[in-house]
Amino acid sequence: MSKQATAWECIEMIRQKNRPTAADYIPMIFEDFVELHGDRCYGDDAAILGGIAKFDRRPVTVIAHLKGRNLEENKKSNFAMPHPEGYRKALRLMKQAEKFGRPVICLVDTPGAFCGIQAEERGQHEAIAKNLMEMMQLKVPVISIVLGEGGSGGALALAVCDHLAMMQNAVYSVISPRGFASILWKDASREKEAANLIRITAKDLVELGVCDGVIAEPPGGAHKNPQLAAEAIGNYLGQILPKLIAKPIDKLLQTRYIKFRKIGVFQE
Amino acid sequence: MLEELFHKVKSRVTVNNTPDADAHISIPRDIMFKCPRCQKAEFMDHFEQVGKVCPHCGYHARLRASERLEITVDEDSFVELDGNLRSLNPIQFPGYEEKIAKLQKETGLTEAIVTGTCTIQGERCVIGVMDSHFMMASMGSVVGEKITRAFEYAQEHKLPVVLFTASGGARMQEGIVSLMQMAKTAGAVANHSAAGLLYISVLTDPTTGGVAASFASLGDIVLAEPKVLIGFAGRRVIEDTIRQRLPDEFQSAEFFLQHGFVDRIVERSQMRDTLGKLLRLHRREEGGD
Repeated sequence: MSKQATAWECIEMIRQKNRPTAADYIPMIFEDFVELHGDRCYGDDAAILGGIAKFDRRPVTVIAHLKGRNLEENKKSNFAMPHPEGYRKALRLMKQAEKFGRPVICLVDTPGAFCGIQAEERGQHEAIAKNLMEMMQLKVPVISIVLGEGGSGGALALAVCDHLAMMQNAVYSVISPRGFASILWKDASREKEAANLIRITAKDLVELGVCDGVIAEPPGGAHKNPQLAAEAIGNYLGQILPKLIAKPIDKLLQTRYIKFRKIGVFQE
Repeated sequence: MLEELFHKVKSRVTVNNTPDADAHISIPRDIMFKCPRCQKAEFMDHFEQVGKVCPHCGYHARLRASERLEITVDEDSFVELDGNLRSLNPIQFPGYEEKIAKLQKETGLTEAIVTGTCTIQGERCVIGVMDSHFMMASMGSVVGEKITRAFEYAQEHKLPVVLFTASGGARMQEGIVSLMQMAKTAGAVANHSAAGLLYISVLTDPTTGGVAASFASLGDIVLAEPKVLIGFAGRRVIEDTIRQRLPDEFQSAEFFLQHGFVDRIVERSQMRDTLGKLLRLHRREEGGD
Protein backbone atom coordinates (compact mmCIF):
# COMPACT_ATOMS: atom_id res chain seq x y z
CA MET A 1 0.00 0.00 0.00
CA SER A 2 1.23 3.47 -0.77
CA LYS A 3 1.80 6.07 1.91
CA GLN A 4 -1.28 7.48 3.65
CA ALA A 5 -2.35 10.71 1.98
CA THR A 6 -3.10 13.76 4.12
CA ALA A 7 -6.69 14.31 5.14
CA TRP A 8 -7.09 17.07 2.61
CA GLU A 9 -5.63 14.94 -0.19
CA CYS A 10 -8.14 12.24 0.78
CA ILE A 11 -11.01 14.71 0.59
CA GLU A 12 -9.90 15.83 -2.86
CA MET A 13 -9.65 12.18 -3.89
CA ILE A 14 -13.14 11.22 -2.71
CA ARG A 15 -14.61 14.30 -4.38
CA GLN A 16 -13.43 13.01 -7.77
CA LYS A 17 -16.53 12.87 -9.95
CA ASN A 18 -15.74 9.37 -11.15
CA ARG A 19 -15.01 7.88 -7.73
CA PRO A 20 -16.85 4.53 -7.67
CA THR A 21 -20.14 4.51 -5.76
CA ALA A 22 -21.99 1.65 -4.09
CA ALA A 23 -23.91 1.18 -7.33
CA ASP A 24 -20.61 0.58 -9.15
CA TYR A 25 -19.17 -1.72 -6.52
CA ILE A 26 -22.15 -3.96 -5.76
CA PRO A 27 -22.22 -5.79 -9.14
CA MET A 28 -18.44 -6.19 -9.05
CA ILE A 29 -18.31 -7.62 -5.52
CA PHE A 30 -21.59 -9.52 -5.17
CA GLU A 31 -23.64 -11.87 -7.35
CA ASP A 32 -27.37 -11.97 -7.95
CA PHE A 33 -28.11 -8.68 -6.17
CA VAL A 34 -31.86 -8.17 -5.73
CA GLU A 35 -32.78 -4.66 -4.59
CA LEU A 36 -35.57 -4.32 -2.02
CA HIS A 37 -37.41 -1.08 -1.39
CA GLY A 38 -39.27 0.75 1.35
CA ASP A 39 -39.47 1.08 5.11
CA ARG A 40 -43.05 -0.34 5.39
CA CYS A 41 -43.96 2.80 7.24
CA TYR A 42 -43.66 5.94 5.18
CA GLY A 43 -41.83 5.52 1.90
CA ASP A 44 -38.74 4.49 -0.02
CA ASP A 45 -35.61 6.57 0.33
CA ALA A 46 -33.30 6.40 -2.67
CA ALA A 47 -30.38 7.63 -0.55
CA ILE A 48 -30.20 4.12 0.87
CA LEU A 49 -29.76 1.18 -1.49
CA GLY A 50 -30.46 -2.22 0.00
CA GLY A 51 -31.08 -5.80 -0.98
CA ILE A 52 -29.97 -9.42 -0.93
CA ALA A 53 -27.05 -10.84 -2.85
CA LYS A 54 -24.52 -13.65 -2.83
CA PHE A 55 -20.98 -13.34 -1.61
CA ASP A 56 -18.72 -16.40 -1.85
CA ARG A 57 -21.84 -18.47 -2.62
CA ARG A 58 -23.43 -17.30 0.64
CA PRO A 59 -26.53 -15.06 0.85
CA VAL A 60 -25.84 -11.70 2.47
CA THR A 61 -27.81 -8.50 2.96
CA VAL A 62 -26.16 -5.44 1.44
CA ILE A 63 -27.10 -1.93 2.61
CA ALA A 64 -25.42 1.17 1.22
CA HIS A 65 -25.56 4.92 1.11
CA LEU A 66 -26.03 5.72 -2.55
CA LYS A 67 -24.14 8.61 -4.08
CA GLY A 68 -25.02 9.59 -7.62
CA ARG A 69 -22.52 9.52 -10.46
CA ASN A 70 -24.01 12.67 -11.98
CA LEU A 71 -26.36 15.46 -11.01
CA GLU A 72 -29.45 13.58 -12.12
CA GLU A 73 -28.61 10.52 -10.04
CA ASN A 74 -27.66 12.74 -7.12
CA LYS A 75 -30.98 14.56 -7.26
CA LYS A 76 -32.70 11.20 -7.04
CA SER A 77 -30.59 9.89 -4.18
CA ASN A 78 -30.36 13.28 -2.43
CA PHE A 79 -26.55 13.17 -2.59
CA ALA A 80 -26.66 10.12 -0.29
CA MET A 81 -28.19 12.09 2.57
CA PRO A 82 -30.93 9.84 3.96
CA HIS A 83 -34.24 10.84 5.51
CA PRO A 84 -35.58 8.83 8.46
CA GLU A 85 -37.31 6.39 6.09
CA GLY A 86 -33.88 5.53 4.67
CA TYR A 87 -32.62 4.49 8.09
CA ARG A 88 -35.86 2.65 8.77
CA LYS A 89 -35.53 0.79 5.47
CA ALA A 90 -31.98 -0.13 6.45
CA LEU A 91 -33.17 -1.42 9.81
CA ARG A 92 -36.00 -3.37 8.23
CA LEU A 93 -33.54 -5.12 5.93
CA MET A 94 -31.20 -5.81 8.84
CA LYS A 95 -33.99 -7.43 10.86
CA GLN A 96 -34.90 -9.45 7.79
CA ALA A 97 -31.27 -10.55 7.52
CA GLU A 98 -31.37 -11.56 11.18
CA LYS A 99 -34.44 -13.70 10.60
CA PHE A 100 -32.79 -15.59 7.78
CA GLY A 101 -29.35 -15.70 9.37
CA ARG A 102 -27.67 -13.63 6.65
CA PRO A 103 -24.63 -11.51 7.47
CA VAL A 104 -25.06 -7.77 6.83
CA ILE A 105 -22.57 -5.79 4.75
CA CYS A 106 -22.94 -2.00 4.99
CA LEU A 107 -21.24 0.30 2.49
CA VAL A 108 -20.95 3.75 4.07
CA ASP A 109 -20.69 6.83 1.86
CA THR A 110 -22.62 9.90 3.00
CA PRO A 111 -22.05 13.57 3.83
CA GLY A 112 -24.51 12.97 6.70
CA ALA A 113 -28.18 12.48 7.49
CA PHE A 114 -30.36 15.03 5.71
CA CYS A 115 -31.16 18.23 7.60
CA GLY A 116 -34.61 19.43 6.64
CA ILE A 117 -38.16 20.04 7.84
CA GLN A 118 -39.59 16.67 6.78
CA ALA A 119 -36.59 14.82 8.17
CA GLU A 120 -37.21 16.44 11.56
CA GLU A 121 -40.97 15.85 11.42
CA ARG A 122 -40.45 12.17 10.78
CA GLY A 123 -37.91 11.88 13.58
CA GLN A 124 -34.41 11.83 12.11
CA HIS A 125 -33.00 11.69 15.65
CA GLU A 126 -35.16 8.72 16.61
CA ALA A 127 -34.44 6.81 13.40
CA ILE A 128 -30.68 7.07 13.88
CA ALA A 129 -30.85 6.31 17.62
CA LYS A 130 -32.93 3.22 16.98
CA ASN A 131 -30.51 1.90 14.36
CA LEU A 132 -27.62 2.29 16.80
CA MET A 133 -29.45 0.35 19.49
CA GLU A 134 -30.81 -2.38 17.21
CA MET A 135 -27.53 -2.86 15.35
CA MET A 136 -25.74 -3.32 18.66
CA GLN A 137 -27.92 -6.39 19.26
CA LEU A 138 -28.42 -7.72 15.73
CA LYS A 139 -27.86 -11.47 15.88
CA VAL A 140 -25.88 -11.79 12.64
CA PRO A 141 -22.39 -10.57 11.74
CA VAL A 142 -22.23 -6.95 10.56
CA ILE A 143 -19.33 -5.54 8.54
CA SER A 144 -19.23 -1.87 7.60
CA ILE A 145 -16.90 -0.42 5.00
CA VAL A 146 -16.48 3.33 4.54
CA LEU A 147 -16.13 3.75 0.77
CA GLY A 148 -15.54 7.49 0.68
CA GLU A 149 -17.27 9.82 3.09
CA GLY A 150 -18.32 8.83 6.60
CA GLY A 151 -20.39 11.80 7.69
CA SER A 152 -21.24 11.80 11.38
CA GLY A 153 -24.39 10.19 12.84
CA GLY A 154 -25.74 9.65 9.34
CA ALA A 155 -22.81 7.30 8.69
CA LEU A 156 -22.78 5.73 12.15
CA ALA A 157 -26.38 4.58 11.64
CA LEU A 158 -24.95 2.03 9.15
CA ALA A 159 -21.70 1.46 11.02
CA VAL A 160 -22.43 -0.16 14.37
CA CYS A 161 -20.69 -3.36 13.42
CA ASP A 162 -18.37 -6.21 14.32
CA HIS A 163 -15.72 -4.98 11.94
CA LEU A 164 -15.21 -1.49 10.53
CA ALA A 165 -12.97 -1.12 7.50
CA MET A 166 -12.15 2.00 5.54
CA MET A 167 -10.94 2.46 2.01
CA GLN A 168 -7.43 3.87 2.04
CA ASN A 169 -8.59 7.35 1.02
CA ALA A 170 -11.89 7.38 2.88
CA VAL A 171 -12.58 9.80 5.73
CA TYR A 172 -14.91 9.42 8.70
CA SER A 173 -15.65 12.29 11.05
CA VAL A 174 -18.01 13.67 13.68
CA ILE A 175 -18.59 16.72 11.50
CA SER A 176 -17.31 17.77 8.08
CA PRO A 177 -14.10 19.82 8.21
CA ARG A 178 -16.05 22.65 6.65
CA GLY A 179 -18.70 22.49 9.36
CA PHE A 180 -16.01 22.25 11.99
CA ALA A 181 -14.19 25.36 10.74
CA SER A 182 -17.43 27.25 10.32
CA ILE A 183 -18.71 26.46 13.82
CA LEU A 184 -15.56 26.45 15.93
CA TRP A 185 -13.62 29.12 14.09
CA LYS A 186 -16.49 31.01 12.41
CA ASP A 187 -14.58 30.66 9.15
CA ALA A 188 -15.58 27.94 6.69
CA SER A 189 -12.64 28.84 4.46
CA ARG A 190 -10.32 27.20 7.00
CA GLU A 191 -11.76 23.84 5.89
CA LYS A 192 -8.39 22.49 4.78
CA GLU A 193 -6.72 23.37 8.06
CA ALA A 194 -9.56 21.71 9.98
CA ALA A 195 -9.36 18.59 7.81
CA ASN A 196 -5.73 18.08 8.65
CA LEU A 197 -6.29 18.76 12.35
CA ILE A 198 -9.33 16.73 13.40
CA ARG A 199 -8.03 13.25 12.50
CA ILE A 200 -10.38 11.79 9.94
CA THR A 201 -8.29 9.49 7.74
CA ALA A 202 -8.28 5.70 7.81
CA LYS A 203 -4.87 5.73 9.44
CA ASP A 204 -6.05 8.20 12.12
CA LEU A 205 -9.07 6.07 12.90
CA VAL A 206 -6.98 2.92 13.20
CA GLU A 207 -4.75 4.76 15.66
CA LEU A 208 -7.77 6.01 17.60
CA GLY A 209 -9.08 2.46 17.91
CA VAL A 210 -12.19 3.10 15.82
CA CYS A 211 -11.28 1.44 12.51
CA ASP A 212 -10.25 -2.22 12.33
CA GLY A 213 -8.67 -2.37 8.89
CA VAL A 214 -7.74 -0.39 5.80
CA ILE A 215 -8.44 -1.57 2.26
CA ALA A 216 -5.77 -0.50 -0.21
CA GLU A 217 -6.84 1.48 -3.23
CA PRO A 218 -5.19 1.28 -6.66
CA PRO A 219 -2.39 3.84 -7.18
CA GLY A 220 -3.92 7.29 -7.58
CA GLY A 221 -7.20 6.26 -5.94
CA ALA A 222 -10.17 3.92 -6.49
CA HIS A 223 -11.39 5.92 -9.51
CA LYS A 224 -8.22 5.03 -11.44
CA ASN A 225 -9.20 1.37 -11.47
CA PRO A 226 -12.63 0.58 -9.96
CA GLN A 227 -12.32 -3.11 -10.86
CA LEU A 228 -9.13 -3.42 -8.85
CA ALA A 229 -10.67 -1.52 -5.93
CA ALA A 230 -13.69 -3.84 -6.02
CA GLU A 231 -11.40 -6.86 -5.99
CA ALA A 232 -9.61 -5.47 -2.95
CA ILE A 233 -12.94 -5.05 -1.14
CA GLY A 234 -14.00 -8.55 -2.16
CA ASN A 235 -10.74 -10.07 -0.96
CA TYR A 236 -11.01 -8.20 2.30
CA LEU A 237 -14.58 -9.38 2.91
CA GLY A 238 -13.48 -12.89 2.00
CA GLN A 239 -10.98 -12.81 4.83
CA ILE A 240 -13.09 -11.19 7.54
CA LEU A 241 -16.55 -12.63 6.96
CA PRO A 242 -15.77 -16.34 7.61
CA LYS A 243 -14.10 -15.43 10.91
CA LEU A 244 -17.19 -13.57 12.09
CA ILE A 245 -19.55 -16.31 10.90
CA ALA A 246 -17.54 -18.87 12.87
CA LYS A 247 -18.11 -17.03 16.16
CA PRO A 248 -20.97 -18.12 18.45
CA ILE A 249 -23.59 -15.38 18.37
CA ASP A 250 -23.45 -14.44 22.07
CA LYS A 251 -19.68 -14.11 21.81
CA LEU A 252 -20.07 -12.00 18.67
CA LEU A 253 -22.52 -9.61 20.39
CA GLN A 254 -20.36 -9.35 23.47
CA THR A 255 -17.31 -8.52 21.35
CA ARG A 256 -19.34 -5.97 19.37
CA TYR A 257 -20.41 -4.21 22.58
CA ILE A 258 -16.85 -4.16 23.90
CA LYS A 259 -15.52 -2.83 20.59
CA PHE A 260 -17.49 0.39 21.13
CA ARG A 261 -17.53 0.23 24.94
CA LYS A 262 -13.79 0.73 25.15
CA ILE A 263 -13.66 3.85 22.94
CA GLY A 264 -13.11 6.95 25.03
CA VAL A 265 -10.19 8.90 26.43
CA PHE A 266 -10.41 10.12 30.04
CA GLN A 267 -8.78 9.91 33.43
CA GLU A 268 -10.15 8.94 36.81
CA MET B 1 -23.75 22.11 15.70
CA LEU B 2 -22.94 22.55 19.34
CA GLU B 3 -21.26 25.91 19.19
CA GLU B 4 -23.83 27.14 16.78
CA LEU B 5 -26.53 26.35 19.30
CA PHE B 6 -24.48 27.99 21.95
CA HIS B 7 -24.38 31.19 20.01
CA LYS B 8 -27.95 31.10 18.95
CA VAL B 9 -29.05 30.58 22.50
CA LYS B 10 -26.68 33.24 23.74
CA SER B 11 -28.16 35.70 21.34
CA ARG B 12 -31.61 34.66 22.49
CA VAL B 13 -31.03 34.88 26.20
CA THR B 14 -28.51 37.63 26.58
CA VAL B 15 -30.13 40.80 27.76
CA ASN B 16 -28.44 43.76 26.22
CA ASN B 17 -26.32 45.31 28.87
CA THR B 18 -25.03 48.26 26.89
CA PRO B 19 -27.14 51.42 26.71
CA ASP B 20 -29.43 51.30 23.69
CA ALA B 21 -29.70 54.54 21.80
CA ASP B 22 -33.42 54.08 21.18
CA ALA B 23 -34.58 52.65 24.45
CA HIS B 24 -32.30 54.50 26.85
CA ILE B 25 -32.81 51.53 29.13
CA SER B 26 -30.42 48.79 30.05
CA ILE B 27 -31.61 45.68 31.81
CA PRO B 28 -29.02 44.17 34.10
CA ARG B 29 -29.13 40.46 33.49
CA ASP B 30 -29.12 39.46 37.14
CA ILE B 31 -32.29 41.44 37.82
CA MET B 32 -34.38 40.51 34.81
CA PHE B 33 -34.93 37.26 32.89
CA LYS B 34 -35.73 37.67 29.22
CA CYS B 35 -37.49 34.61 27.79
CA PRO B 36 -35.75 33.22 24.70
CA ARG B 37 -39.10 31.96 23.41
CA CYS B 38 -41.56 34.83 23.87
CA GLN B 39 -38.94 37.58 24.40
CA LYS B 40 -40.87 38.94 27.38
CA ALA B 41 -39.01 40.00 30.50
CA GLU B 42 -39.66 39.04 34.09
CA PHE B 43 -38.05 39.95 37.40
CA MET B 44 -35.41 37.37 38.17
CA ASP B 45 -36.71 36.93 41.73
CA HIS B 46 -40.14 35.95 40.51
CA PHE B 47 -38.77 33.81 37.67
CA GLU B 48 -36.70 31.83 40.16
CA GLN B 49 -39.57 31.54 42.62
CA VAL B 50 -41.68 29.82 39.96
CA GLY B 51 -38.94 27.29 39.21
CA LYS B 52 -37.35 29.09 36.26
CA VAL B 53 -40.44 28.77 34.11
CA CYS B 54 -41.43 31.74 31.97
CA PRO B 55 -44.67 33.07 33.51
CA HIS B 56 -45.75 34.43 30.13
CA CYS B 57 -45.34 31.49 27.74
CA GLY B 58 -44.48 28.50 29.95
CA TYR B 59 -40.98 27.94 28.51
CA HIS B 60 -39.04 25.76 30.94
CA ALA B 61 -35.61 27.37 31.20
CA ARG B 62 -32.35 25.53 31.76
CA LEU B 63 -31.45 24.34 35.22
CA ARG B 64 -28.10 23.50 36.70
CA ALA B 65 -27.64 19.84 37.56
CA SER B 66 -27.68 20.70 41.28
CA GLU B 67 -30.97 22.58 40.90
CA ARG B 68 -32.51 19.68 39.01
CA LEU B 69 -31.45 17.13 41.59
CA GLU B 70 -32.79 19.32 44.38
CA ILE B 71 -36.31 19.44 42.93
CA THR B 72 -36.31 15.79 41.78
CA VAL B 73 -34.77 13.40 44.30
CA ASP B 74 -35.71 12.63 47.90
CA GLU B 75 -33.74 14.62 50.44
CA ASP B 76 -30.29 13.19 51.21
CA SER B 77 -30.89 10.21 48.91
CA PHE B 78 -28.45 11.13 46.12
CA VAL B 79 -25.11 9.34 46.01
CA GLU B 80 -22.89 10.34 43.10
CA LEU B 81 -21.30 7.75 40.80
CA ASP B 82 -18.07 8.27 38.84
CA GLY B 83 -17.66 11.87 39.94
CA ASN B 84 -13.92 11.61 39.43
CA LEU B 85 -13.94 11.12 35.63
CA ARG B 86 -12.14 13.90 33.80
CA SER B 87 -11.66 14.66 30.11
CA LEU B 88 -8.36 14.28 28.31
CA ASN B 89 -7.63 15.46 24.80
CA PRO B 90 -8.05 12.51 22.39
CA ILE B 91 -7.20 14.36 19.18
CA GLN B 92 -4.85 16.91 20.79
CA PHE B 93 -7.17 19.73 19.86
CA PRO B 94 -5.49 23.05 20.67
CA GLY B 95 -6.93 24.81 23.70
CA TYR B 96 -9.30 21.99 24.72
CA GLU B 97 -7.78 21.27 28.13
CA GLU B 98 -7.76 24.98 28.95
CA LYS B 99 -11.40 25.30 27.96
CA ILE B 100 -12.37 22.36 30.17
CA ALA B 101 -10.35 23.72 33.11
CA LYS B 102 -12.00 27.12 32.77
CA LEU B 103 -15.48 25.60 32.71
CA GLN B 104 -14.73 23.39 35.70
CA LYS B 105 -13.77 26.50 37.62
CA GLU B 106 -16.79 28.50 36.46
CA THR B 107 -19.43 25.82 37.00
CA GLY B 108 -18.04 23.77 39.87
CA LEU B 109 -18.77 20.70 37.71
CA THR B 110 -16.17 18.19 36.54
CA GLU B 111 -18.07 17.49 33.33
CA ALA B 112 -21.39 18.01 31.55
CA ILE B 113 -23.29 15.26 33.38
CA VAL B 114 -23.81 14.24 36.98
CA THR B 115 -24.85 10.62 37.62
CA GLY B 116 -25.70 8.71 40.76
CA THR B 117 -28.25 6.69 42.67
CA CYS B 118 -31.21 8.14 44.50
CA THR B 119 -34.81 7.61 45.49
CA ILE B 120 -37.68 9.55 43.93
CA GLN B 121 -40.75 9.40 46.18
CA GLY B 122 -39.18 6.38 47.79
CA GLU B 123 -38.46 4.55 44.50
CA ARG B 124 -34.81 3.67 44.06
CA CYS B 125 -33.25 4.44 40.67
CA VAL B 126 -30.12 5.51 38.84
CA ILE B 127 -30.32 9.15 37.79
CA GLY B 128 -28.31 11.26 35.35
CA VAL B 129 -28.62 15.00 34.82
CA MET B 130 -26.90 16.78 31.96
CA ASP B 131 -25.95 20.40 32.56
CA SER B 132 -25.98 22.72 29.56
CA HIS B 133 -23.85 25.26 31.43
CA PHE B 134 -20.86 22.99 30.80
CA MET B 135 -19.93 23.33 27.12
CA MET B 136 -23.59 23.05 26.15
CA ALA B 137 -23.49 19.54 27.63
CA SER B 138 -21.87 18.20 24.50
CA MET B 139 -21.03 14.49 24.63
CA GLY B 140 -17.37 13.59 24.70
CA SER B 141 -15.62 10.62 26.29
CA VAL B 142 -16.53 11.46 29.88
CA VAL B 143 -20.24 12.05 29.22
CA GLY B 144 -20.40 8.85 27.14
CA GLU B 145 -18.55 6.83 29.76
CA LYS B 146 -20.62 8.11 32.68
CA ILE B 147 -23.89 7.33 30.91
CA THR B 148 -22.63 3.89 29.92
CA ARG B 149 -21.52 3.16 33.48
CA ALA B 150 -24.84 4.43 34.84
CA PHE B 151 -26.74 1.91 32.69
CA GLU B 152 -24.30 -0.89 33.54
CA TYR B 153 -24.64 -0.12 37.25
CA ALA B 154 -28.43 -0.05 36.94
CA GLN B 155 -28.41 -3.37 35.10
CA GLU B 156 -26.20 -4.99 37.71
CA HIS B 157 -28.42 -3.75 40.54
CA LYS B 158 -31.70 -4.25 38.61
CA LEU B 159 -32.62 -0.58 38.84
CA PRO B 160 -34.51 1.75 36.52
CA VAL B 161 -32.71 4.72 34.96
CA VAL B 162 -34.01 8.28 34.78
CA LEU B 163 -32.01 10.64 32.57
CA PHE B 164 -32.58 14.37 32.21
CA THR B 165 -31.04 15.08 28.83
CA ALA B 166 -29.72 18.37 27.49
CA SER B 167 -27.05 18.74 24.85
CA GLY B 168 -25.88 20.52 21.77
CA GLY B 169 -24.71 17.15 20.43
CA ALA B 170 -21.40 15.39 20.04
CA ARG B 171 -18.32 17.22 21.33
CA MET B 172 -16.46 18.15 18.17
CA GLN B 173 -13.23 18.84 20.02
CA GLU B 174 -12.91 15.10 20.64
CA GLY B 175 -13.32 14.25 16.95
CA ILE B 176 -14.46 10.74 15.97
CA VAL B 177 -14.13 9.58 19.58
CA SER B 178 -17.15 11.71 20.48
CA LEU B 179 -19.20 10.23 17.64
CA MET B 180 -18.49 6.73 18.94
CA GLN B 181 -20.04 7.65 22.30
CA MET B 182 -23.39 7.58 20.51
CA ALA B 183 -22.96 3.89 19.68
CA LYS B 184 -21.49 3.13 23.08
CA THR B 185 -24.37 4.67 25.05
CA ALA B 186 -26.96 3.13 22.71
CA GLY B 187 -25.33 -0.26 23.40
CA ALA B 188 -25.57 0.27 27.15
CA VAL B 189 -29.25 1.21 26.84
CA ALA B 190 -29.83 -1.89 24.70
CA ASN B 191 -28.35 -4.23 27.32
CA HIS B 192 -30.25 -2.58 30.18
CA SER B 193 -33.44 -2.80 28.12
CA ALA B 194 -32.88 -6.45 27.21
CA ALA B 195 -32.71 -7.17 30.94
CA GLY B 196 -36.31 -5.95 31.17
CA LEU B 197 -35.46 -2.77 33.04
CA LEU B 198 -37.14 0.62 32.75
CA TYR B 199 -35.48 3.69 31.25
CA ILE B 200 -37.25 7.07 31.36
CA SER B 201 -35.64 9.92 29.44
CA VAL B 202 -36.71 13.48 30.15
CA LEU B 203 -35.83 15.86 27.34
CA THR B 204 -34.94 19.31 28.61
CA ASP B 205 -33.70 22.41 26.84
CA PRO B 206 -31.97 21.77 24.44
CA THR B 207 -31.75 18.09 23.45
CA THR B 208 -30.26 18.00 19.97
CA GLY B 209 -27.70 16.48 17.59
CA GLY B 210 -25.88 13.32 18.54
CA VAL B 211 -27.50 13.09 21.97
CA ALA B 212 -31.02 13.33 20.51
CA ALA B 213 -29.85 10.76 17.95
CA SER B 214 -28.70 8.26 20.57
CA PHE B 215 -29.64 7.51 24.20
CA ALA B 216 -32.03 10.48 24.66
CA SER B 217 -34.51 9.00 22.17
CA LEU B 218 -34.23 5.44 23.41
CA GLY B 219 -36.27 5.67 26.61
CA ASP B 220 -39.12 3.22 27.16
CA ILE B 221 -40.91 6.41 28.09
CA VAL B 222 -39.82 9.76 26.64
CA LEU B 223 -40.99 12.81 28.59
CA ALA B 224 -40.24 16.44 27.75
CA GLU B 225 -40.54 19.76 29.50
CA PRO B 226 -42.80 22.36 27.82
CA LYS B 227 -41.42 24.52 25.00
CA VAL B 228 -37.93 23.03 25.06
CA LEU B 229 -35.87 22.62 21.89
CA ILE B 230 -35.52 19.07 20.54
CA GLY B 231 -34.13 17.99 17.21
CA PHE B 232 -31.42 16.42 15.11
CA ALA B 233 -30.29 19.29 12.91
CA GLY B 234 -29.53 22.84 13.94
CA ARG B 235 -32.29 25.28 13.12
CA ARG B 236 -29.94 27.57 11.21
CA VAL B 237 -28.62 24.69 9.11
CA ILE B 238 -32.16 23.91 7.99
CA GLU B 239 -33.02 27.58 7.42
CA ASP B 240 -29.90 27.92 5.27
CA THR B 241 -30.91 24.84 3.26
CA ILE B 242 -34.51 25.85 2.61
CA ARG B 243 -33.85 29.61 2.59
CA GLN B 244 -36.80 30.56 4.72
CA ARG B 245 -37.48 31.21 8.41
CA LEU B 246 -38.87 28.29 10.33
CA PRO B 247 -41.96 28.70 12.52
CA ASP B 248 -41.21 29.22 16.23
CA GLU B 249 -42.80 25.95 17.33
CA PHE B 250 -40.61 23.93 14.92
CA GLN B 251 -38.50 21.41 16.89
CA SER B 252 -40.28 22.21 20.16
CA ALA B 253 -41.42 19.55 22.61
CA GLU B 254 -44.97 20.22 21.41
CA PHE B 255 -43.92 19.69 17.78
CA PHE B 256 -42.45 16.28 18.59
CA LEU B 257 -45.44 15.31 20.76
CA GLN B 258 -47.64 16.05 17.77
CA HIS B 259 -45.39 14.01 15.46
CA GLY B 260 -45.31 11.06 17.83
CA PHE B 261 -41.79 11.15 19.24
CA VAL B 262 -42.59 12.21 22.82
CA ASP B 263 -44.87 10.32 25.20
CA ARG B 264 -45.88 13.23 27.40
CA ILE B 265 -45.06 16.84 28.07
CA VAL B 266 -44.74 17.32 31.81
CA GLU B 267 -44.51 20.62 33.63
CA ARG B 268 -41.65 21.06 36.04
CA SER B 269 -43.98 21.30 39.02
CA GLN B 270 -45.47 17.90 38.08
CA MET B 271 -42.24 16.12 37.12
CA ARG B 272 -41.42 14.56 40.48
CA ASP B 273 -44.95 13.19 40.90
CA THR B 274 -44.99 11.88 37.33
CA LEU B 275 -41.64 10.13 37.72
CA GLY B 276 -42.70 8.70 41.09
CA LYS B 277 -45.91 7.36 39.60
CA LEU B 278 -44.17 5.81 36.57
CA LEU B 279 -41.47 4.23 38.75
CA ARG B 280 -44.13 2.72 41.05
CA LEU B 281 -46.01 1.36 38.03
CA HIS B 282 -42.84 -0.50 37.01
CA ARG B 283 -41.88 -1.70 40.46
CA ARG B 284 -40.36 -5.17 40.34
CA GLU B 285 -40.94 -7.66 43.13
CA GLU B 286 -37.24 -8.44 43.29
CA GLY B 287 -36.25 -4.88 42.29
CA GLY B 288 -33.42 -2.89 43.76
CA ASP B 289 -30.75 -3.92 46.18
